[in-house]
Amino acid sequence: MSSTITEKILARASGRDRVSPGDNIWVNADVLLTHDVCGPGTIGIFQREFGETARVWDREKVVIIPDHYIFTADAKAHRNVEILRAFVREQGLPHYYDPGTPRYKGVCHLALPEEGYVRPGEVIVGTDSHTCTHGALGAFATGVGNTDAAFILGTGKILLKVPPTLRFNLNGAQPDFVTAKDMVLRIIGDIGVDGANYCAMEFGGEAVRQMNVDERMTLCNMAVEAGAKNGIIEPDETAWAYVRARTDKAFEPLRGDAGAAVAAERTYDAGAFEPCVAEPHLPSNYAPARARSHVRLDRAYIGSCTGGKLTDFLMAARILRGRRVSIETLLVPATTEVAEKLITETLDGKSLVEVFAEAGCRDIAPPSCAACLGGPVDTFGRTRGKEVVISTTNRNFIGRMGSKDAPIYLASPLTVAASAVTGRITDPREFL
Amino acid sequence: MIEPSDRTIVGPVYVLGDNVDTDLIIPAQYLNLVPTIPAEYRQLGAYALAGLPDGLPPFVPAGRTASPYRIVIAGRNFGCGSSREHAPIALGAAGVKAVVARSYARIFFRNTVATGELYPFESVQDLPEVFRTGDEAELDAQRGCITHCPSGQAFRLKPLGDAQPVIEAGGLFGYARKSGMIRR
Repeated sequence: MSSTITEKILARASGRDRVSPGDNIWVNADVLLTHDVCGPGTIGIFQREFGETARVWDREKVVIIPDHYIFTADAKAHRNVEILRAFVREQGLPHYYDPGTPRYKGVCHLALPEEGYVRPGEVIVGTDSHTCTHGALGAFATGVGNTDAAFILGTGKILLKVPPTLRFNLNGAQPDFVTAKDMVLRIIGDIGVDGANYCAMEFGGEAVRQMNVDERMTLCNMAVEAGAKNGIIEPDETAWAYVRARTDKAFEPLRGDAGAAVAAERTYDAGAFEPCVAEPHLPSNYAPARARSHVRLDRAYIGSCTGGKLTDFLMAARILRGRRVSIETLLVPATTEVAEKLITETLDGKSLVEVFAEAGCRDIAPPSCAACLGGPVDTFGRTRGKEVVISTTNRNFIGRMGSKDAPIYLASPLTVAASAVTGRITDPREFL
Repeated sequence: MIEPSDRTIVGPVYVLGDNVDTDLIIPAQYLNLVPTIPAEYRQLGAYALAGLPDGLPPFVPAGRTASPYRIVIAGRNFGCGSSREHAPIALGAAGVKAVVARSYARIFFRNTVATGELYPFESVQDLPEVFRTGDEAELDAQRGCITHCPSGQAFRLKPLGDAQPVIEAGGLFGYARKSGMIRR
């Protein structure tokens, strides 16, 4: 019997020869990721259930990356980071990235791979739904709540049901005006926001093999917007090179068997995708960007684990170079590494920071989740009224960026940048 | 939290549609509250479903932390979005004992079971077409059915299966102790 990559990783992590979709198995976690929003509650449950003097199961496997409510005056947000600090001290945890220090990184889902914690073939569990991002490097990665995370903190184990795999083949060459975001929004539009509920979404095909790691992360990050348990891409030379540059730790990649049975398979011609948006208030509300050019906008937002990576800013710069934005345009690099590269990376001899400044974008904000999920009232970029926003983020639910009256259109960085120039939803082909 | 007395739940229902997301259930500005701090657990109750669009009946009256509604009826994909455990906790803290939906998003369902805050029952029919907000209902968690009291119509609920003993043990940790998976 042949197995998918998801099944192979779960079999190895549960000490079995093979597993099948539907099996309930105890899986050993290689990494437990948490942050400032769900970490304090997870720690609270851990201490309540295992005792005040309990020790975490493996200090090397706990990674704490505060990122949500960092640049705010909110007293509870600061208190929550203090809870993390106290736990890190008490447990002697080495993998903590403290706000206000040079170790601070920013958005956990980019910082985790950047710092070498995402390795092919491993199991990553995080207290955040977008933990599925890490399947981009061939790991099994899934989001859980505080209680499951606290159980892992104490035991290293999680009970998982093996998900059936939905395979998405993205064949052929990808046009340069099409991005991973356009592809995944189209897929979610086709299958719906619960189209992959409980399933693994496996992405493959020529277009995926040609993608860099940033773009692969965009595909896997959005898997949860279709309800998936994990998103995953088979590791290849591109993944290997990324991981090897960032960790010396040994790892053993796994690949799926050719012809492994999947629950369903969809095949797309990468050349048939086009720039698109997801209209309010669901990520599945797909529409081609060119069909929504009448929609007037007040704000453009580029940031988050989905859309705040270096590749996202390079795409935006392709459009904004030598042009001016006509609406408020906010830029939030996901991590300090991305923020540094905005200064060092150049386009036609100009740094990305200069390109964006000359285009009239607002000053680049410090790395964090910022307005992607609204957050405390003083969060950078939080909507306050009826602003119509186009954003590279992952959710456009009612009130997601703060105000219930501010509709959100999700799009690729190319489409967001093109729309920032015109002030209405714009297909980037108008500028490319 | 589900207590033994909650095997039968009687009270008014609050009715919602499809794709009720976690930002509607508990908007992110309240995620600075830590559910394991008792005062903040209660406060989360005050904000349950605070993200609903204006114009709907308030789920929790202003200035209160408890909702008059003990059961939430909804359509497909209830709880989609975030992994925030604050979502089932806010509903549970507000006094909700059961959600009855056509289907659930995976993480929300798992979090209701792990916390033991409420029953996540799946209905067979589209109950938002039958129930109106404020209608009295009686939910029998053992037999797996919900009765629309004004009409007397009873509707079958899908069995919770492996999740039921976990919820009734008070959640993942209660169940893990009961079944000997962890000590104490």
